[in-house]
Amino acid sequence: MNEVAGGVWQAAYIIAALSFVLSIKWLSSPVTARRGVLSGEIGMLLAVVGTLLRHEVVSFEWILISFLIGAAIGAPLAFLMPMTSVPQLTALSHAFGAFAAALVGTAEYYRYTMAGTPIPPAIMVALVIETLLGYLTFTASIMAFGKLQEIVPTRPLTYRGQNLVNAALFAFAVGLCPWMIAGTTVGWVFPTFIGLSLLFGVLLILPIGGGDMPTVIALLNSYAGAACAAMGFALGNRLLIIAGAVNASSGFILSVIMCKAMNRSFGNVLFGAFGQVQEGVAAHMSQKPFRSATAEDAAQILASARKVIVVPGYGMAVAQAQHKLRELTDVLTKRGIDVQFAIHPVAGRMPGHMNVLLAEADIPYDRLHEMDDINPDFGETDVALVIGANDVVNPAARHDKNSPIYGMPILDVDKAHTVMVIKRSMNPGFAGIDNELYYMDRTLMLFGDAKSFVGEIVKELAAAA
Amino acid sequence: MSNELEISLYVLALAVPLGLELVRRVSPLLHTPLMSLTNAISAISVVGAILIAGAGDSPTLSKVLGCIAVTASTINIVAGFLITDRMLKMFKKKEPAK
Repeated sequence: MNEVAGGVWQAAYIIAALSFVLSIKWLSSPVTARRGVLSGEIGMLLAVVGTLLRHEVVSFEWILISFLIGAAIGAPLAFLMPMTSVPQLTALSHAFGAFAAALVGTAEYYRYTMAGTPIPPAIMVALVIETLLGYLTFTASIMAFGKLQEIVPTRPLTYRGQNLVNAALFAFAVGLCPWMIAGTTVGWVFPTFIGLSLLFGVLLILPIGGGDMPTVIALLNSYAGAACAAMGFALGNRLLIIAGAVNASSGFILSVIMCKAMNRSFGNVLFGAFGQVQEGVAAHMSQKPFRSATAEDAAQILASARKVIVVPGYGMAVAQAQHKLRELTDVLTKRGIDVQFAIHPVAGRMPGHMNVLLAEADIPYDRLHEMDDINPDFGETDVALVIGANDVVNPAARHDKNSPIYGMPILDVDKAHTVMVIKRSMNPGFAGIDNELYYMDRTLMLFGDAKSFVGEIVKELAAAA
Repeated sequence: MSNELEISLYVLALAVPLGLELVRRVSPLLHTPLMSLTNAISAISVVGAILIAGAGDSPTLSKVLGCIAVTASTINIVAGFLITDRMLKMFKKKEPAK
């Protein structure tokens, strides 16, 4: 009996590993992406059922109750969260996953110590990595959630000697590692290590501003995967190693892409406290003249255009303007005007955030273009309409060596014949950097809430038709 | 080095480049779903959680931690897969028929 069951769970694990790999492969194109999700779900189901069949698992009632509680919390989360909150939800979901990994590591540690069995060093190395990354990712993800939900201030919180304090704490935690791996039985060492990991997660996120969240969420994704892979080593389970490694590399690649899109290094994102700079500069720049326009003017200019490129940013998400934007797209398209969308890699609060919101508003995805693909088109574009984007369209990134965003690749909206920027006021954006785009001769500032302003333009266009 | 550990290291050595290669091919259009899907998959830690929670020889402390871990990873699994599917359902190529 046991041998048959053994064969079954091993087969289930192998198929599960294959399903996960195929799942990511199918996600590469929107056409096959939903098949990818299905494959992932099947993989997870096989992994869970396979595990329940293992002869080591003898009691089921508490596990089933835990499943039910988890599903009862998880399902409403996924259905009730609005699409603009996807970054928060992902952060929260990371927190739960990492917490689970950390708890398993802790439980495994106490299973050994309470039985009085010494832990083999190789297993202890895996447990140390698993618990460190697990607890760190747990608190860091909770903090990221808090910042995205704006429960915690989104501005970077810094104090003198911050990096020194973090480094010292981290050194202390790492210092405990060899001791634990050598098999110490001193009772306070492991709990202290847990405490330090938890604390470190909080301290890591404090100095990071809202605009850097895409990188941070991707990095946390990577840590959660690494914690899983470490758990695989601790339990001698290769399914965990494969799934964890695929995840860790996914998060890693995404964070590298995000860093490149901001022309910054990992170290700079994590320890640079971006957004503290430039208060003074912003103050004197704002004295320069700029042109503003009404919805009526904007509608007239749009109506006489042939090609329009819309550049959405986080402001569009905040104002929930994507549905009005679709109406605008429809009205313009009906008049034979070509409307396309330019998406900067770091627009929004997580990688690909804008694409999801525009898809939610039923804008077909073949109109959404990556930065490198659409940048050459701006020169022959009549109107570039910037909605809630700021730093990603700031020409200073190209030439102003003193600008904190110097070197960051940007969308070349300033090359369009007319630039229209919908913005609440002249206040500089998140990073506190003034944007010279706003003072150009061919730039029109449209002041107001993105959603209602786009709505007014649509009304004007409809009335004129 | 034990045989077990050696095999595990081989698996890791193959899985990391495979993961990097797979993810590099994902279109930036789908980076958010990619993230929530990998997030759901990282809840594979549920396997470890079940093994700890259901094992006959676990001390009570480990069992309790295991059950909390099963709950946490189930939240992760359910929320991760559902939200990914909800997002992907919205991606359409053609203008929807009116």
